[in-house]
Amino acid sequence: MSATDTFEDSLDGLAVGTTRLSPEAFEETVAEAIDEPAIGTPLGIEGLSLDGTSVVTDPTPNQLTEATTGVTGASLGIADYGSVVLPSTPEGAEPVSLFCDLHVVVLDADDIVPDMPTAIGEMATTVGDDRGSAIIATGPSATADMGALVRGAHGPKRVHALIVEQ
Amino acid sequence: MSADDEAAHIRRLLDTEGDSVQGNTRVFNQGRYAAVEDLDDYKGLKDRARELKEDAIERLPELIDELTETVEENGGHVYLASDAEDANRYITDVAEDGGAETLVKSKSMTSEEIDVNDALEAAGVDVYETDLGEFVIQIADEAPSHIVGPAIHKSREEIAELFNHEFDPDEPLETAEELTHFAREYLGERVEEADVGMTGANFLVAESGTLLLVTSEGNARKCAVAPDTHVAVAGVEKILPRFEDLQPFIELIARSSTGQDLTSYMSLLTPPVDSPTIEFGSDEPLAGGADDREFHLVLIDNGRMAMREDPELKETLYCIRCGACANVCANFQHVGGHAFGGETYSGGIGTGWEAGVHGQESAEEFNDLCTGCSRCVNQCPVKIDIPWINEVVRDRINRGEEPSEFEFLVEGLTPDAESGGVPLQKRFFGNFGTVAKLGSATAPVSNWLAELPPSRWAMERVLGIDRRRDLPTFAGETLSEWFLAHEGLAPAEAEREVVLYPDTYTNYVSPERGKAAVRTLEALGVRVLLPDLPESGRAPLSQGMLSTAGEQAHDLYGGVAEHLDAGRDVVAIEPSDLAMFRGEYEKFLPEASYDRLSGASYEVVEYVYGLVANDPEKIEILSDGPGRVAYHSHCQQRTMGLEEYTEALLEELEYDVLTSTVECCGMAGSFGYKEQYYELAMDVGYELEDEFEQPGERDRTVLASGTSCTDQLDALLERKPRHPIEFIAPDPL
Ligand code: SF4
Repeated sequence: MSATDTFEDSLDGLAVGTTRLSPEAFEETVAEAIDEPAIGTPLGIEGLSLDGTSVVTDPTPNQLTEATTGVTGASLGIADYGSVVLPSTPEGAEPVSLFCDLHVVVLDADDIVPDMPTAIGEMATTVGDDRGSAIIATGPSATADMGALVRGAHGPKRVHALIVEQ
Repeated sequence: MSADDEAAHIRRLLDTEGDSVQGNTRVFNQGRYAAVEDLDDYKGLKDRARELKEDAIERLPELIDELTETVEENGGHVYLASDAEDANRYITDVAEDGGAETLVKSKSMTSEEIDVNDALEAAGVDVYETDLGEFVIQIADEAPSHIVGPAIHKSREEIAELFNHEFDPDEPLETAEELTHFAREYLGERVEEADVGMTGANFLVAESGTLLLVTSEGNARKCAVAPDTHVAVAGVEKILPRFEDLQPFIELIARSSTGQDLTSYMSLLTPPVDSPTIEFGSDEPLAGGADDREFHLVLIDNGRMAMREDPELKETLYCIRCGACANVCANFQHVGGHAFGGETYSGGIGTGWEAGVHGQESAEEFNDLCTGCSRCVNQCPVKIDIPWINEVVRDRINRGEEPSEFEFLVEGLTPDAESGGVPLQKRFFGNFGTVAKLGSATAPVSNWLAELPPSRWAMERVLGIDRRRDLPTFAGETLSEWFLAHEGLAPAEAEREVVLYPDTYTNYVSPERGKAAVRTLEALGVRVLLPDLPESGRAPLSQGMLSTAGEQAHDLYGGVAEHLDAGRDVVAIEPSDLAMFRGEYEKFLPEASYDRLSGASYEVVEYVYGLVANDPEKIEILSDGPGRVAYHSHCQQRTMGLEEYTEALLEELEYDVLTSTVECCGMAGSFGYKEQYYELAMDVGYELEDEFEQPGERDRTVLASGTSCTDQLDALLERKPRHPIEFIAPDPL
């Protein structure tokens, strides 16, 4: 099985939807994946931009609290776990990926690594050496504190992954 | 607390919180079993995690310096607080200097340990717990009952009632979903208003200043990032040298804790972070506003550096607070942290933490709830010998006790090595070998006498032995006496020789199982020796009487040394004694002695299995099926991975075997005899009863490997349990 297949499988187990797409289909796929109003931050993926979509890319705090969807990029996917690595950015990728009900995460298929040791190895440079910050996010936010499992505690209730195959 | 008060407290918790705690810890526990099974190299990850912690604690002072330098280089502040008061002073200063009115906080046991909420409230800062479990606890004004799930003792109905009463919503809240979404909205507003965000840290990386926060809800991310000031509080023990060192912990922590592969968010933040701070309500773009970020890391000592110097408590610092030791503990499952906990920490390793950070008195409250069953040992991701820490603390508590008014009664009778002050009840059980010797020498009079109502009354009053518990009946002829008159296999006819260890119970109470062992071994061509050996030390160890246990360990080794030299194996019938030889003796004996004894000792059915595996035709000698049996292994036997031998042998002999799946029989030696714990022991035991009394299973012959399990099953069932060796032994000639 390819890393992307494993990754997709893992996401399936986390109740996270996935769409595999070519760069050409990007704008159209984003339009299908989001619920408006949507906000986003630069994706950090070569050749891909939210500019041609209805996603507001330089959101204000008011737009942040009102938006239904947040669109951000991920720097890595971890196939075994179905996790995505979300770097914190000055543009606000961290809050945008966290405050909205739906998080649409965009990932380059080439950035999918097989397992956690590989991911941590890469992050040792991007987070450790560069003193950056990132979240290893796995599925939607969840809690069982209220007597049963509920998705969408403080963070998103739903996550959808767009895997771009160059 | 007196024994009566303690019994009442436990009874109350069994009635009120027991069901919720049980339901929730079981889910965590079953989840953990499944989640670690998926893991390719669970053992390798645990070894690695252990190594990393050993090394980090060894180098702790240097790592504190390195981390301080790194965080300051990154633009944050570090404060090394000596104790709770010192930490709180610093934190309230930060809040006051920034003119903070409100603070949002994500779950952190370290912050509970220092009671920072009280200090902040006293300084006029409103504190909001944003973790939903903590939020429930804060509203209910209670203490957490579990280090991972603070509110697991509350049912959904209770939470709904609490919220409806506190917030009086238009529509009463009812479902978990409604409650969660209400809390999300309410706390979301608190996050927006907050001036300061406070988090803990699961791990800290010295070389980069990165902190790892493990959460599922996302509240820690909000607390750390949304307000412009972030205060992280963490015990000094949480530092690891390098970023890569996080890997095994990332893969182990959620699995060990809640049984998930990973939690939703593993946040690796290197503060001050690049994310913009959020001016809620503003129409100015969010981007770029990270200039005014302030970050304070409060590293808390509060006894930890002293723990590091304490050879026995030191291991506690390896703990990653996953809660697995609590989740797997049968007693914890039934009463939760409100009985099985001190000022802050609860469950298995709670004793170590409380003794280290709050002092022995806090640990004393609940230390005796650890029965030393060892079920937690294999569950701990950093391989801490939790029962040993509990026994050590128990010993220290014993030494601090005042001698009791009845001390004179046992002083002359007991040959133990303890100084005065060990509570009488403990001293009685710790010297059970002496009691048994005396009881057996005077049987049947002693048995008759012991059962008389005035004796039971006195035993309860003086020794705290519950009147409702059946007492063991001492045999008139001990196994050793029988063996002297028995004609064994001559050396010339034997293929090998073993020493059968005559433990106290087998020797004085249940010689039949010893006779069955002798018969079986001899029939399989083994010459059995039954020297007069001292006690293993298990009884005093479980009462925290460490010097007595140590003395017995030395004597026992002295007694078997010559046999080991002669190439004989040591076969034990009682799993808890074998667990001493293979486990605790490492602490008592010189390394070479320990290696020799532990390498040559076996559990009796394990040994029989080996003999048969070597020479498959020998199986014919054993008494075989068909037949239906219900088998309960023994906790220490399971920890040592030995239950399979009995199961496999029974199956080989064509028995249909139902093995119990419940965690524990509830008895654990002396525990179930003690009046303060009798009801808890029975409550735990009912589950085993349910399993063996299910419709369709009641015809099975009940087998149990351990003494305490046999006693407990005898009390629970009408069928009389037997030791497997009695069951498979060839018929007497
Ligand atoms: S002692 Fe081990 S099992 Fe218990 S909480 Fe600590 S790390 Fe987890």
